[in-house]
Amino acid sequence: MSWVKPVGLAAAALFGSALLGTFVLAQQPPHAPASEVNADGHNEPIPPRQSWSFAGPFGKYDQAQLQRGFKIYREVCSNCHSMALVAFRNLADAGGPGFSEAQVKALAAEYKVQDGPNESGEMFERPGRPSDHIPWNFPNDNAARAANGGALPPDMSVLAKARSFSRGFPWFIIDGFIQYQEQGPDFITGVLNGYKDPPPDVQLQPGQHYNEYVPGHRLAMPKPLNDGQVDYTDGTPTTVPQYSKDISAFLMWAAEPKLEERKRTGLRVIVFLILFAGLLYYTKKKVWAEVVH
Amino acid sequence: MTGHSTYVPKSALARWFESRLPLMGFVHASFIAYPTPKNLNYWWTFGGIATFMLTAQIVTGVVLAMHYTPEVTMAFDSVEKIMRDVNFGWLLRYAHSNGASMFFVAVYVHIFRSLYYGSYKAPREVLWILGVIIFLLMMATAFMGYVLPWGQMSFWGAKVITSLFSAIPFIGDSITLWLWGGYSVDNPTLNRFYSLHYLLPFMIVGVVVLHVWALHVTGQNNPTGVEVKSVPKDTVPFTPYATIKDAFGMVCFFILFAWFVFYVPNILGDADNYIRANPLVTPAHIVPEWYFLPYYAILRAIPSKLGGVIAMFSSIAIFAFLPWLDTSRVRSARYRPVYKVFFWVFVACGIGLGYLGSQPPEGGFVIAARILTTYYFLHLLVLIPLLGLFERPRPLPASIADSVLGSEVPMARRAAAE
Repeated sequence: MSWVKPVGLAAAALFGSALLGTFVLAQQPPHAPASEVNADGHNEPIPPRQSWSFAGPFGKYDQAQLQRGFKIYREVCSNCHSMALVAFRNLADAGGPGFSEAQVKALAAEYKVQDGPNESGEMFERPGRPSDHIPWNFPNDNAARAANGGALPPDMSVLAKARSFSRGFPWFIIDGFIQYQEQGPDFITGVLNGYKDPPPDVQLQPGQHYNEYVPGHRLAMPKPLNDGQVDYTDGTPTTVPQYSKDISAFLMWAAEPKLEERKRTGLRVIVFLILFAGLLYYTKKKVWAEVVH
Repeated sequence: MTGHSTYVPKSALARWFESRLPLMGFVHASFIAYPTPKNLNYWWTFGGIATFMLTAQIVTGVVLAMHYTPEVTMAFDSVEKIMRDVNFGWLLRYAHSNGASMFFVAVYVHIFRSLYYGSYKAPREVLWILGVIIFLLMMATAFMGYVLPWGQMSFWGAKVITSLFSAIPFIGDSITLWLWGGYSVDNPTLNRFYSLHYLLPFMIVGVVVLHVWALHVTGQNNPTGVEVKSVPKDTVPFTPYATIKDAFGMVCFFILFAWFVFYVPNILGDADNYIRANPLVTPAHIVPEWYFLPYYAILRAIPSKLGGVIAMFSSIAIFAFLPWLDTSRVRSARYRPVYKVFFWVFVACGIGLGYLGSQPPEGGFVIAARILTTYYFLHLLVLIPLLGLFERPRPLPASIADSVLGSEVPMARRAAAE
């Protein structure tokens, strides 16, 4: 049956080229990121890759950066956005902004938190405690929508993990090897820096703003940051790109407070496993030495 | 293959126990003295790795279940509480979510090993079918598990897949309503998925026990596909030989597992699942986890809803018939030069379908998915039956011992021995 092998190889070549064709057909512009605003366009560019102190296997948060980021959150973002999963006490946790217990207690006390019912059945307000979660500026979603032209500002607790973009083939494989997990902060930084005037062919509805990186290029949030808006006490430049980076780093901490512990433990685990694998390999060789295999 | 136990209890206590429940003799026969072909390569370690991953998922899952709340307004927050407040909760969660992916990696390698070396062929048909059942149970378990965090992808993935049942004629809509526990995916759905997600892994354990039992009746296949002819010449006792080899393979696998858990824990997941489920907002792209992508591509390649559902289910169900579809009298692809080429084409087809499942079903992607789906079914239903009839295999070694000696002994000495 000498025809079988050539036919087989031809079939393999055919399907090999079908596969190659798939990848050629797949060369579309970079994929639009995920978001609560429905995406309708696929032509948004990929946000530029930033350098982060917490990236890579030895990554750590920059405490000063996290504190600056928290300042931005407090003064700007928290006017609309909640961060319901973060408690005041987390600000004193290891691997975070590194506030002291006393600072956290004082900070919490500056907030008014609703509590109750008391013994007469009434709800009341009291100063915040470290165990409280960061309260929202609005009592409920509808109040937030009413104050923001019908749009709901998303909660920021895991926002840095809820936003991403696809770099396409072969990057989604390479990213696993180079440990590129910072698509969220890169996207947020890009969006905050990406407000610009719309091109002439784009029509914006009232309440929409043009942005370089957001799906569909339109979002309801107006440009939140301007140069000099937030004072920095450590001499860091008070520019929008700097603010964008600092708030993105803070949001990454809010989403992944255990990042430092995770990477530190990972190093120890992997070093141990490599040594263990080496020992097992030589033991295996010794055990099998007399067997012809 | 079992029944080779030479176990003799050493102490009076051991003799007392052994005469009442011969557990130690059983373990000795099955995992210590058990004859294992001496020529197994590292592709044979993945069955043991899969068993370990099942155990790991159950252990991490049971602990996670102590902190998780299966209610639509509380599920997402309970998972975040695990990540932030539970001691090592982040580790449990990431180990469980990445562990599911690693479990599928191990099982896919295990399955493709069987396809290459013909481990599904007689007398291992029941062993193979039990494996297909395990795979189906795994898919159901993983699907329900992904719904539990109640993110956008959890909700919408559940909606898409459960809605498929409405394609069944006449009774489809009733079945879907019954599955949902209401008129849409909502709290009853989440609650029952939690219950079943806890139950199914223990059913998997039961079928794995049957799977290992069926294996021990026939003994392992081996890379030559030639059955064991002489136990002392062809095999070695499982312990210490296979035990140490499996341990080494397992630890290498753990290095890969640790890489995901500690360094890139979210790379296999979808960012949309960190957004709380919202029935009023549909994500731009609804995509399942990577291990379901090939079947998702097949589902969407067929233009009709019922046709797609039938194609998707039969793409796995066909595998149950593989021992009878394959007409070849030679087991191992080592000695089947044409089948070997098609095997790798099939692997590439699977990977291609996986890629297509992750992309939107538009334009060129649809055409490519239809080509690859056609090849997938052609391979199983036409190529494999015909190849067995028309292929000329390479000559088989006389026995495992001969094949192993042949690789060790140079030509001159082999000629002298003959």
